[in-house]
Amino acid sequence: MEMVLNSLGRKVPLELSGAGSFSPYASPYAMLGRPGAFGGTRIQLRRPMPSRSKIVENIEKAVELSGLQNGMTISFHHHLRNGDAVMPMVLDVLEKMGFKGLTLAPSSIPDVHDCIADYIRSGLINRLYTSGVRGELGKLLSRGELEIPVVIRSHGGRARGIEEGSISIDVAFLAAPACDPLGNITGSTGPSACGSMGYAMTDARYARHVIAITDNLVDYPLNPRISIPQYLVDSIVCVESLGDPKKIATGAARITRNPVDLKIARDSFLLMKASGIVERGFSFQMGVGGASLAVAKYLAEYMREKGIRGSFGLGGVGGYLAGMLEEGLFDAVFDVQSFDSAVTKSIHEDPRHIEIDSSWYANPFNAGCLVNNLDCVILAALEVDCDFNVNVLTGHDGALRGASGGHQDTAAGAKLSIVAAPSFRGGVPSIKERVTTITTPGETVDAIVTERGICINPRREDLLGSALKAGLPVVDIEALKEEVEKLTGVPRPPEFDCDKIAAVVEYRDGTLIDTVYARKQ
Amino acid sequence: MSGLILLNTASAGTLESSDCLVTVSPAEKLKLEYKGANSEIFAERTKAIVENVLKKYGLGGAEISIQDQGALEITIKARLETAVSRACKGAAGQ
Amino acid sequence: MKPCRSMLYIPGDSPGMIQHAPVFGADSILLDLEDAVAIAEKDAARKMVACFLQDYDFKDLIVTVRVNGADTEFFDDDLSEIIPCLPAAVRIPKCNGPADVLSADKKIEEIERANSIPVGKVRIHAMIETAVGVENAYHIASACPRVEAITLGGQDLTADMGVKKTKEGWELFYARSRVVVAARAAGVAVYDTVWADINDKEGLLRECRSIVGLGFTGKAAIHPDQIETIHQAFMPDEKELKKAVRIVEAAEKAKNEGKGVISVDGKMVDAPVVARARHLLELADLYGLERSGS
Repeated sequence: MEMVLNSLGRKVPLELSGAGSFSPYASPYAMLGRPGAFGGTRIQLRRPMPSRSKIVENIEKAVELSGLQNGMTISFHHHLRNGDAVMPMVLDVLEKMGFKGLTLAPSSIPDVHDCIADYIRSGLINRLYTSGVRGELGKLLSRGELEIPVVIRSHGGRARGIEEGSISIDVAFLAAPACDPLGNITGSTGPSACGSMGYAMTDARYARHVIAITDNLVDYPLNPRISIPQYLVDSIVCVESLGDPKKIATGAARITRNPVDLKIARDSFLLMKASGIVERGFSFQMGVGGASLAVAKYLAEYMREKGIRGSFGLGGVGGYLAGMLEEGLFDAVFDVQSFDSAVTKSIHEDPRHIEIDSSWYANPFNAGCLVNNLDCVILAALEVDCDFNVNVLTGHDGALRGASGGHQDTAAGAKLSIVAAPSFRGGVPSIKERVTTITTPGETVDAIVTERGICINPRREDLLGSALKAGLPVVDIEALKEEVEKLTGVPRPPEFDCDKIAAVVEYRDGTLIDTVYARKQ
Repeated sequence: MSGLILLNTASAGTLESSDCLVTVSPAEKLKLEYKGANSEIFAERTKAIVENVLKKYGLGGAEISIQDQGALEITIKARLETAVSRACKGAAGQ
Repeated sequence: MKPCRSMLYIPGDSPGMIQHAPVFGADSILLDLEDAVAIAEKDAARKMVACFLQDYDFKDLIVTVRVNGADTEFFDDDLSEIIPCLPAAVRIPKCNGPADVLSADKKIEEIERANSIPVGKVRIHAMIETAVGVENAYHIASACPRVEAITLGGQDLTADMGVKKTKEGWELFYARSRVVVAARAAGVAVYDTVWADINDKEGLLRECRSIVGLGFTGKAAIHPDQIETIHQAFMPDEKELKKAVRIVEAAEKAKNEGKGVISVDGKMVDAPVVARARHLLELADLYGLERSGS
């Protein structure tokens, strides 16, 4: 296998049998700025007889009608999160029908779907494209049990892959929280309501065959909101339940009370403020975990006090951002994926809460995706390094246990990208000499905010100046790394079996930014 | 400090996060069992902490078990020293 | 002396909190070996605090340790293990009179000598938490030069007085006034008791404003959340600050010109007023306030 060094000094393959050929990563914008249009996937045309109902009796029947064959590619969305019962349900049917060697290309894999490991062992699945993997599945893949390496793509990268044709979906299985007999679908109502269906919208548009699976068949026509129109849907299967509603739409995430996270959040907000971007027309994306959500609390207080109205919030939308929209702190919210039950009401009732597909969200190869308009994004990290590279994919033992998500997309698009992370977690330092795996290049990360100080990327002298002027606790990243290692000790780096690639990590533009090897047994 | 003798088995610490639970028993040689999410990456570091504490107390050996919940070096050292001194005090002492 | 507005209680047996101590934003912390630690864990907490004092970089944080009372079997061991680790001060609980302070002072001095530490290096914060302690406050505060501060323990004091501790705090009004005057008379710092309801920040702010008004130099906190509120109450107001700048400038000018009398806006200013003005300016530095007086 031919390996080359990319511009970040990581060895990546040029060709992977079964997974195609790749270019090495060069720089965040190396593939951009080229005039003219190029190829791409088209909507697949069909010639069905006119019909007033696409309902078929069960999944097996729908699969038969789809023409699915061994070796083809199937997709699922992860909007039902850990409440999803559809992926296991469908894979079970496919297994019983005797399929082999399928490519599984979901938008991501919820933590609970350890069953995929069994279907890899059984031979049902032999290739995997995803944003991330966790739990048992991550461990299995990190032992190198899947012959063909997993291809990890960001949310924007996956949309790009589908639209350019490097991911070619044969059959998309769409869990549909509300669906009428001709296949108009939305995620914002029904017992399994999940909010936005942004990732499913892209799959439905380009798959050769689309099967909707619903527990909430409504009278024709579904109204007032339709997320996926009937002309993209081939058949519909009614099932008892799409999953566990409590885990699909979790309660609104609460602001952390952990003083370490609050300190990180506060300093992240103060850095935003110091940089001068928080003004009328400001746009913002944040995560929902730990420090990230708390940043929004400080931001909202400030915007309220100063009467600042932002332009848009983007995400990954949780109840807190929806609340800021309702309060009028933003003009609009663009929502590719909703995080909690509070959002479902907002997306259904508030026209300023706009459901977007994953290409609109983050595909770098369309005429303009939303991440490119962000003023600021607050991101998390498993590890960072002294070059500001970020790892959100592999744990300190080297095993796959995270997801690329929208991390590299938003970091590249936003004017100010802040990684908010504790300097050590569970006794293990977060700052490494070199991250185990690069998912987001340091060239696109402006600052790393920890509870022990703020590290500013030397590429951003302007930001350093603003931070110092505001009296913020700026520290040199090497010095902080040493300070933390004095407390924790220096962990032994994970050992890998460099003959066995477990996964390759694409950058948003499709070049390879890193390789994940199997762990040494 | 030197020439201490371990008389019995004693523990110190908790299973709360950022802490560790250390159990020390008399033994001729050092036998260390190090458990927890960080046991692989911090194996050498922790062994060195244990050896230093044994040396400080003049102990030739001990059977030591550490359940690490993400403790810093200082915390592991403190828990070890507490467990060792408890083990030295004898059953009646505690 | 650097102003010290807040003192955060951290249980001595809680490495998860101690390891983040510099992050919480307090001016000082108190690592507690007394009430926050179960009897069976006294030795473990003592060891934990000693190890952190020796090996951990607390940065600019002032670190004090509350030892167990002289009437307990832990007192001597606490002092002999903690003093050599050089905390800024040890807090001695239940000081009823100067004798309690002097006996601790003597023990600390012996340990300092045995460990080649300059005598008087580790200061005493004397905790007043009984009715008799309140009545002896001045004698406690001035018992020996090692005393750096006196502190009021509201929970035990109200229990000793047989009254309920309320949010309004009238039951502590006399005690607070008395210890503040005693501390000022003896020239030591004075810390107020904790606010127990961590969810009631408005109540905390109200109480902080009133104890700042009484003359306390700092207040204890039982949760990191409370620190910001405490600091808010100690923030000098703009008008006061402007005046302080003028007073200090006038004092400097008078000194340079060799004059004994200082006057500001046509009024004579006494030394205590100048001292207070200087203290306000030091406080202002902690908030990063501009001294835009002149």
